[in-house]
Amino acid sequence: MKILSMSLHLIFEDMTKLLEWISVLSAFFAVWYSLIGGYVKHPLIEKNITLILVSPIIFVLLFGLYAVTVILYRVFTFNNCEEAAKELQEEIKEARRDLQEKGLRW
Amino acid sequence: MRHKVLIILVSLVPFSNMAATASDSEITKSDKYSILLPTYNERENLPIIIWLIVKFLDSSGYDYEVIIIDDGSPDGTQDIAKQLQKLYGSNKIVLRHREKKLGLGTAYMHGIKHATGNFIIIMDADLSHHPKFIPKFIELQREHDYDVVSGTRYQDGGGVYGWDFKRKLISRGANFVTQLLLRPGASDLTGSFRLYKKDVLQKLIDSCVSKGYVFQMEMIIRARQLEYTIGEVPITFVDRVYGESKLGGSEIIQFAKALLYLFATT
Repeated sequence: MKILSMSLHLIFEDMTKLLEWISVLSAFFAVWYSLIGGYVKHPLIEKNITLILVSPIIFVLLFGLYAVTVILYRVFTFNNCEEAAKELQEEIKEARRDLQEKGLRW
Repeated sequence: MRHKVLIILVSLVPFSNMAATASDSEITKSDKYSILLPTYNERENLPIIIWLIVKFLDSSGYDYEVIIIDDGSPDGTQDIAKQLQKLYGSNKIVLRHREKKLGLGTAYMHGIKHATGNFIIIMDADLSHHPKFIPKFIELQREHDYDVVSGTRYQDGGGVYGWDFKRKLISRGANFVTQLLLRPGASDLTGSFRLYKKDVLQKLIDSCVSKGYVFQMEMIIRARQLEYTIGEVPITFVDRVYGESKLGGSEIIQFAKALLYLFATT
């Protein structure tokens, strides 16, 4: 496993993110295509051929669901810094008072 | 002369560890932080941000200077900057104005040229970035010797004030997509409250091509690409108290373009 991740690192090191995506996606595509194209024969594959056929769509849908859930969760748990805002308002007042005393005009 | 120096250097090699520790602590003692404040029509905010910087940095004891880079604001920002310089001294407040509005990247370049510190802190002058976090940036940098310390709104302890649902959704959505596509190793890419080692910032600016606010995102992506270390401090972001906050369609398009550009090239 360690060797695998090391060699992956070596391969990916100088790749752009776009190339990384293309290579990973084509690897998945190659596996998927070999399964639906009948290049690999196994009774299990033949039994689940429709599932394998639509599996990319299922995968995309599941990922979309995951993305929406995570984003919405983060939106609703986004910290509203009420305290920080109040504190800043106080500090602005204090700053204005102090600067005015020191003769600043603006 | 040169030979002599070389011989001394060579003879020091066995003790290089000791020498390094000694010089490290010396550097720490003489660290200076140059805070770059690019401004455009910030007459209302400038005195307050300066007051806050002075308050929080004087009490922390770090050596610092504030460099105000005003791009020819018509609202009198420069007059108030002069008054502030008189009040706090020209060693604390440095004015480096420019004739007209130019890009953010060039503003930083301009500021760096005149900075006497070995660290550069960049922040917005509109009070959305609170100077109370600067000492935290400095402490974290010292602890791990980071090349870059970035403020983050997206981690525990950080957050925003004054954003509605739509704004939060766009922000979180954009962040999710960016993290997925670029895996930048930093959670807040479009934030611009950061501390850099001076030479690191110089190199990052030189390697950046984008303009406007996506420039901040490119800086952190280039930092990852050039294998600089990045630390993060959670910050609270109180959206513009005076003046208008901007996030329109054109900003979103700019962001998407920059994202795709970086996706395809880094």
